[in-house]
Amino acid sequence: MTPPDPMAEIRASFFVECEELLEAMQDGLQLMDEGAHDGETIHVVFRAVHSIKGGAGAFGLNGLVRFAHKYENTLDAVRSEALAVDADLLNLFFRATDHLFDLVRAARDNADLPTAQSDSLLRELEICIGAPPAPDGAEPEIEFQPIGLALDLGCDTDAPPVLTQSPQYDIVFAPDTEMFENGNDAYPILGALAGLGECSVTCDTSRLPGLDSLAPETSYLSWTVRLTADADAAEIASMFEFVEGLCTYTITPVTEADASEPLRNVTGDIAPVVPLLPDTPSPPAANSGCEATAPPAAPKTVVRVDLDRIERLVNLVGELVINQAMMAQSLQNAGLSPHSDAMNGLEEFQRLTRDIQDSVMMIRAQPVKSLFQRMSRIVREASVAVGKEVRLISEGESTEVDKTVIESLADPLTHMIRNAVDHGLETPADRLAAGKPEGGIVRLSAAHRSGRVIMEVSDDGGGIDRARVQKIAKDKGLIPADAVLSDSEIDNLLFLPGFSTAATVSDLSGRGVGMDVVRTSIQSLGGRISIASTQGQGTTFSISLPLTLAVLDGMVVKVADETLVVPLNMVAETLTISGDTLDSIQPGVDVVRVRSGFVPLFDLGHHLGYRPKLDSYIDSAALLITHDDGTLGALVVDEIQDQRQIVIKGLDDTFGRAPGIAAATILGDGQIALILDPSDIIAKSADFKAGAPLKLEA
Amino acid sequence: MSQDISAKSDTVKLLTFRLGDQEYSLDIMCVREIRGWTKATPMPCAPNFMRGVINLRGTVLPVMDLAERLGLPPRAHCDRNVIIVVSHQDRMTGLLVDAVSDIIALSDSDLQPPPDASSHGVPAIIKSLTLFEDRMIRVLDLPIVVTVTQGEAA
Repeated sequence: MTPPDPMAEIRASFFVECEELLEAMQDGLQLMDEGAHDGETIHVVFRAVHSIKGGAGAFGLNGLVRFAHKYENTLDAVRSEALAVDADLLNLFFRATDHLFDLVRAARDNADLPTAQSDSLLRELEICIGAPPAPDGAEPEIEFQPIGLALDLGCDTDAPPVLTQSPQYDIVFAPDTEMFENGNDAYPILGALAGLGECSVTCDTSRLPGLDSLAPETSYLSWTVRLTADADAAEIASMFEFVEGLCTYTITPVTEADASEPLRNVTGDIAPVVPLLPDTPSPPAANSGCEATAPPAAPKTVVRVDLDRIERLVNLVGELVINQAMMAQSLQNAGLSPHSDAMNGLEEFQRLTRDIQDSVMMIRAQPVKSLFQRMSRIVREASVAVGKEVRLISEGESTEVDKTVIESLADPLTHMIRNAVDHGLETPADRLAAGKPEGGIVRLSAAHRSGRVIMEVSDDGGGIDRARVQKIAKDKGLIPADAVLSDSEIDNLLFLPGFSTAATVSDLSGRGVGMDVVRTSIQSLGGRISIASTQGQGTTFSISLPLTLAVLDGMVVKVADETLVVPLNMVAETLTISGDTLDSIQPGVDVVRVRSGFVPLFDLGHHLGYRPKLDSYIDSAALLITHDDGTLGALVVDEIQDQRQIVIKGLDDTFGRAPGIAAATILGDGQIALILDPSDIIAKSADFKAGAPLKLEA
Repeated sequence: MSQDISAKSDTVKLLTFRLGDQEYSLDIMCVREIRGWTKATPMPCAPNFMRGVINLRGTVLPVMDLAERLGLPPRAHCDRNVIIVVSHQDRMTGLLVDAVSDIIALSDSDLQPPPDASSHGVPAIIKSLTLFEDRMIRVLDLPIVVTVTQGEAA
């Protein structure tokens, strides 16, 4: 064995496929749940389980095989319309799929799952198909041969009667040594036969000599195949087309009489009988010994690419963007006319760069579907745990978001969904009393909006009990006892560290990991989270995220000779402060009048420690920043330079991260500019998330 | 000077540089490159000795003023100042020094432990001392130079 184990690679790709198959299963079950399924739907689910089983067998993952097998049997009963689908059964299928997911994960991580859950689900699955008292009679515990062909016994319940309509053939196939010398193999031929119909294969090893006289290149084996298929002899013979003259084969139709005669009476030592069944209308899973073949439901071609390679491409494009900015700068410095060929060419170049960049980002973009499916599982589990009937409605599953963003969203979303089920929705009794249907609804949606992704988690529960929230915050000393807060300020108290509204700590949530953690993780993705609630009608959390973590549109500003970048989407507008719009509430606390509102001013240069506070803000430029909660703040800067695309570079945290500094970028002149998080700067300096109305720095 | 570098196994090669009128050195194995001085972008709220960050071929490199890190009096910068890029545990840091002098090869036995310096402001940041051509050269303990910082910043 060479050190890089080829099996490990195959194994890894098996698990990747499992994820896809599980996703397809979820889809199918979802369709059935919505009543929008057709005959094909159950086949898709069935095939997925089957493929997982096949692959698992090849890797000797017995727990997985055992469960998948029983699950598959039940699905087969549905497929053959022996079992009708109802809500309970679907629920069982959902849980079984969840469990299958766990098993796959456990197998991948070489972890062990307690079998208790497996066993109880298996019992339920067996009961569904009328649990044959002793399944061993019909079909002993399936034993998987690593060399196994397609593996399945979908027909554990009295299969033979069904099969009698199709003619049966006995095929004896004995390859000559020459066949192997020509590079042919018996295996694909047997696989092809299996594609025609159900067949059982017996290997005749009687001609095999002892080891001492064995000539390794001589063919000793022959196979007897009993094939049940709607095919005539010519069709079967065509399977041997490629090896015509290189083997001997006979095809004998089997009459009813000798069909009953067991096939095993072939003399000599008999290799284990491997039952074969064409599992799908597609080409047979002849090679399922090492890889599960399930044709994807959707006929789209995909390429599986190592994420590292994409990362590399993304980085290179980042360099390209920086280089292009440098070039633009040097052309400008050269004093070329804006109408010169070079400048026109540059413009074209910029457009191309942007296109390339967008396309590269598209590669990393993935639909949020997998994430949503995980959430539907969370809802199922959470609703059972708290004894509420909850339905998850998801919208915009096909919305595409950068893969890294999707991955880091899983935890915050899980938390929010659990919160919605546990705290957001009322108990069934309360709901009925409020005149609502007993079952609650949690809605999860994703959509693209002006260059960002908006995700919403909403429930149709009772809304935020603001009086209680405020009381808790006061009791916990999070806000001053005499604070007067607006509704949105109270709602935002939920995001304070150490806040938990649940009166009783439930299993599900309320263990101190609060919404503040959710907010922190969203913010670390460059996103924002906001909350809206209507008494009696429910609560909505909205997350707004950048499409990618690699590039953003920024506004380049100068403050005390330092160049800084403010994400463009945070800037509502820019303005020049004039004497008659500037007011001072008290010394050191200035506001600027924007239309009819007063907006607090923040001197960026001062807050970042670049220079002392300006004496006068008159004629300074200011950026109007929109906060998550809709309030505004004005950042005073010295000069607004440009708007452009910038590449985000991570900052080393070693030497402490300054509040309000999100990342860095490289400018056209090779200098590094810091990317600001304006909301953070204002929040940190004004302390205004704590609810105290605009208590500016002391 | 540097010509008589022998390949003895107990030889250490040191990169020597000046800070003010003092001579320091670092094990050359941890030095990645030496760059001319470029303007660093200051980081708000960073410790005083942090000069800021510079662009090192597309990555953001934090740069510290080694003199200030060691508690030496601040002095004006000139064009001869250079940044020594060092790597410690896969993390790159730039050290701003006045000027790089030489590469010297010494045997381990030439290095003497410093007198107990813990009563001074900079505990054990100097790993050892050596005499080279009658000049005292301080050998810095790079992990301490780079990592104590983390503690101070945290």
